Amino acid sequence: MYGKGLKPLSIAAVAMLAVSLSLVFFYAPLDADQGFIQKIFYIHVPLATVALLGFIVGGLFAVAHLRTGNSRWDAYSYVSIHISVIFGVAVLITGAIWAKASWGHWWVWNEPTLVSFLIVFLLYCTYYPFRYAIEDRDQQARYASVFAVTAGAFVPLNFLAVRMAQSLVHPRVFATTNGGLPGSMMLTFLCCLAAVALLWVTLVKFELAAKSASGQVKRLRRAIDAPSTGPSSRIAPEVS
Amino acid sequence: MTPSRVAFAAILGKDLRSELRTLQSLPAMALFSVTTFVIFRFGLDRTHLSGSLAAGVLWATLLFAAVLGINRLFVAEREEGGFDAIRLAPIDRSVLFTAKVTALLIYLLALELIAVPIFALFFLDSAAALGPLVSVLLLADVGLAATGTLISSMAVNSRARDLLVPLVLLPLVVPLMIAATGATEPLLALGGPGYHRFGTWLMVLGLYDLIFALVGYAVFDFLLED
Repeated sequence: MYGKGLKPLSIAAVAMLAVSLSLVFFYAPLDADQGFIQKIFYIHVPLATVALLGFIVGGLFAVAHLRTGNSRWDAYSYVSIHISVIFGVAVLITGAIWAKASWGHWWVWNEPTLVSFLIVFLLYCTYYPFRYAIEDRDQQARYASVFAVTAGAFVPLNFLAVRMAQSLVHPRVFATTNGGLPGSMMLTFLCCLAAVALLWVTLVKFELAAKSASGQVKRLRRAIDAPSTGPSSRIAPEVS
Repeated sequence: MTPSRVAFAAILGKDLRSELRTLQSLPAMALFSVTTFVIFRFGLDRTHLSGSLAAGVLWATLLFAAVLGINRLFVAEREEGGFDAIRLAPIDRSVLFTAKVTALLIYLLALELIAVPIFALFFLDSAAALGPLVSVLLLADVGLAATGTLISSMAVNSRARDLLVPLVLLPLVVPLMIAATGATEPLLALGGPGYHRFGTWLMVLGLYDLIFALVGYAVFDFLLED
């Protein structure tokens, strides 16, 4: 049931990514200040935005799980956080590439957005050992949801604290009062944001479909009394 | 249904009494912090500290000492079946959260009553900063107690409980530590305490306390279900 609509969604995501990338490389003007390297922003910023939103969406799913007790929401929450953590790795890598090209260092500590993203990323990395350490499935799901809610509240707070602590070197393209981005750059950026968000949704759906399929296989195997093959993940929630 | 006030007093009294009788958390926390100060003295090779270095040493030590207490906060409940008793008792379950936060807050205050004067004795020239430092300590302790209680109650029911508390708690309290060190740094600056952005940092601390106290209060019920 999770596989339904997966094909058109994947095609849409791929098409959207292709359109966005061609816009990035052939339509958006070169940045007068930073040149070609600025183009990594079209992928870096959407990835970061979508990853952070994904963490918050995971927290909202966790609230739904705690309220209803339906384990499907827990699976949604888990997969949202899982895909967002993967996006987070990409954010840190693309950010480091840009920092190296622009500031001359792979990592800059007095950069609030970089540091706060790292802290959020580290916190969500502990989600896996945390889940793994609890054996009972129901308890695991409930505790993971509590974690997701707490961490979801943590995301905005962390950005506030880190931003206050440090100087403002991160380019804040939208914060400037007079204009900010020119129209063609804005269009490209929004297109990239939509593409990355679509990619996130597609990946979440894929992961859910895979989980649901492997859960079904396991149930069928159990029904015919066959020994299960392959290692089974004890962290991931089962999707029915 | 027992009134929450009575239940709160009973649980808090039980915790403080058992701590006073067994002394399993507080002496360890105090001893740990003093030893850590000594290690910092040789690790940094400084006999006097000021500014950001002093704030960092103080808060890192207090945080790690707090982790020791947080690790043990629910051990008695788990080992002696206290969780089942709370579940059976006709009380609001959030009372356990508020009582435990208060107990942890008292432990932290007791720890600081010992550790901060020793820190001043070891590293500071004058005790002038200790007065305003109290407000920073108080606000940071509330936040640390709220997050610590929440994480501790989750970790104690897992297989890797001693491992999970530092692992999950440390990233979670990074904003708290940023604000606390931010407020402490000018206080401990060379040449008398300063108050650069002091009020702002206290507000961040207060916001952190408020959010995590509310989140903890809201989600704690689900941690007790069985």
